[in-house]
Amino acid sequence: MSDREKQLPLVVGIGNRFRMDDGVGPWVAETLQQTGLDARVHAGDGTGLLDLFEDYDDIILVDATRSGAEPGSLVSLDAGLAPLHADMFHYSTHRFGLAEAVETARALGCLPERLWVYGIEGKDFGAGIGLTACVELTASVLVTDLTLKRGGD
Amino acid sequence: MTERIIQVDALARVEGEGALYVRLRGREVEKVEFRIFEPPRFFEAFLRGRDALETPDITSRICGICPIAYIMSACQGIEMALGVDVSPEIDALRRLIYCGEWIQSHTLHAVMLHAPDFLGLDDAIQIAQSHPDLVRTGLRLKKIGNSVMECIGGRAVHPVNTRVGGFYRAPDRAAVRALVPELEWGAKAARDLTLAFAEFDYPDDEFDYTFVSLIHPDVYPILEGRIGSNRGLDIAVPDFNDNFVEEHVARSTALQGRMRDGSAYLVGPLARYANNFDRLSPDCQATAREAGLGPVVRNPFKSILVRLIEVQYACEEAARLARAYEPPDPAFVAASPRAGEGHGCTEAPRGICYHTYRLDAEGRIEHAQIVPPTSQNQPQIEADLARVVADNLDLADKDLKWRCEQTIRNYDPCISCSTHFLKLQVDRV
Repeated sequence: MSDREKQLPLVVGIGNRFRMDDGVGPWVAETLQQTGLDARVHAGDGTGLLDLFEDYDDIILVDATRSGAEPGSLVSLDAGLAPLHADMFHYSTHRFGLAEAVETARALGCLPERLWVYGIEGKDFGAGIGLTACVELTASVLVTDLTLKRGGD
Repeated sequence: MTERIIQVDALARVEGEGALYVRLRGREVEKVEFRIFEPPRFFEAFLRGRDALETPDITSRICGICPIAYIMSACQGIEMALGVDVSPEIDALRRLIYCGEWIQSHTLHAVMLHAPDFLGLDDAIQIAQSHPDLVRTGLRLKKIGNSVMECIGGRAVHPVNTRVGGFYRAPDRAAVRALVPELEWGAKAARDLTLAFAEFDYPDDEFDYTFVSLIHPDVYPILEGRIGSNRGLDIAVPDFNDNFVEEHVARSTALQGRMRDGSAYLVGPLARYANNFDRLSPDCQATAREAGLGPVVRNPFKSILVRLIEVQYACEEAARLARAYEPPDPAFVAASPRAGEGHGCTEAPRGICYHTYRLDAEGRIEHAQIVPPTSQNQPQIEADLARVVADNLDLADKDLKWRCEQTIRNYDPCISCSTHFLKLQVDRV
C-alpha cells in the first residue's frame, strides 16, 4: 500500500466565515484542526478544489447548502455515485463553486477515489460572523462523527 | 403595438449579484436598467478612524478574485500620504504578484465563464465535457497565477505578505525563479488559446468607446503611469476627481462612474490594449495580429481575445521579473504616522481601481474613497445593452436574453467588488 493510499481523508471546509451560516464549512475544518486532524479551509473559487483532487485520494468536503430544507439538516452525498445538483450549493456569489468543481473533475476523469460531500442547510447568509444555533449543533455532531470515524481508522 | 419584456433574474457566470431589465415598445428600446441589489458594503465608511497601515488588508476583502488590485491601490494611496517611496525591487515584486492576479482572474473568466457563450454551452461543466483539453489548459494556466500569488503573497486569496511600504518578508530567490518554467509554458498556452478562440463566431458589433486606462511611455501599465484616454485625456492620478464623477442611481447600491461631462466610458482590457498597444511585447502584438486584431478593438465581444493576450503578456512579464528577481532588502520601507493625502490607481483585471485617502496626524484615516472598475463600467454596460437589444430585436426572447447576458459578461463584471449582480427581465410592450 502506498503512502498516498494510507492517508486519512482530508476534510475541506468551504465557505465564507463572514457570511454567517456560509461559514459552517470553515467552522468544521477549524474545529477538526484543533483536535490535530488533517483539515483545511478552502476560500475563493472552486477551481482550487481541482488541485486538491489531484493530490488526495480520499476527500471529505463540507459546505453550507441552501436547498430549502430545514435549517441545520445534514445531507451526505457520495460524489462517486451520482452527479451533484448545482442548485443545492448555489448560494455563493461565485458561480464556479463546489458542484461545478466536482462535476468538472468528473468530466475530466480526475475525481478522487473517494469523495464525500457533507452539506449543512444554512438559515442566515447575511453579513456577519457566527452560526445559527441549529447549524452549529449539526456541525458539532458532524465533527464528533468525523473524529470518531478517523480515530477508528 | 406589443410590449416585450426581457428579464434575467440571476445572471450566471458573473461575480456577484445583480439584475437586468429591458422594456421594448414595438421596435423601440424604452428602458435598459442594469440593476444592482447586493447591500452596499460601506468599506469607505468603516475605514474611517482605522490605522492607515490596516488599509491594504481591509480593502483586500472587497474582492476574492482581485484582492491584489485593492491592496496595491491602497498601498499607493497610503504611501503617498505618508511620504513613503518604495525601492525599484519592491516595485518589481509588486508587478510580479499583480501579474499572477491577471493570469488567474482573466483565465477563469475567459476559459471557464466566457468561452461557453461562444460554444453554445450553458456552463463550465458542459465545457469540461465537450472540450476537456481546453479546460485542462485553462486550469493549469489559472494555477500558474495562483502559484505566483502564493509564492509572493503567502496565499492565493487575500494574500498576507503584502503591506504598506512593501512586503513583510521577501520571498526566497529560488522559490521565485522556480516559477519561470510554468510561466514560459503559460505564455505559449495563452497564445494558443487566443488563436483557437479567434475562430469563434463573434457577433457583428462595434462601438466608438471612450477608453480610459493607465498610460505609460515605456511599459504596459499595471501599477504605474498617468490616467489617459483615446480622446486625449492625460492626467495625473490625483486629478481623478476633477475628471470623473460617481453618481447614485436608485436601482443600484453601487455608485456609477461617468466623465465630468456625463458621458460613459470603458475601463479594462479593451481600454488598456487600445491605449498601450505599442507597449505590449512583440510576441503579444504578433498574437494579436494573427488573431485578426488591430491595435484597437471596438467589438466588445472580442474582449475575450484581448483578455487572453493580456494573459500571455502577464506570463511573459512575470517570467522576466522572476528571472531578474533579487529579494528586496529591506523587504519594506517603514512609515511614520503623519497627516496627509494620497492617491493610488492600478489596473485591476477589470480596469482602473482608484483610491484616495486623507489621514490625520496620528496616521488614522479621516476620509476614504474607493472607485472599483465595475462601477465605472456600469453606464457603458447599459449603453452596450441598449445598442445590442436594438440591433437584435428579431431574436426570440430566449436568444435575446442570451445575447444580453453575453454582453454583460464581455465586461467580466465583478459585482461583488462594486457591491452588486444579475437578474434579467425584458418587457415587450
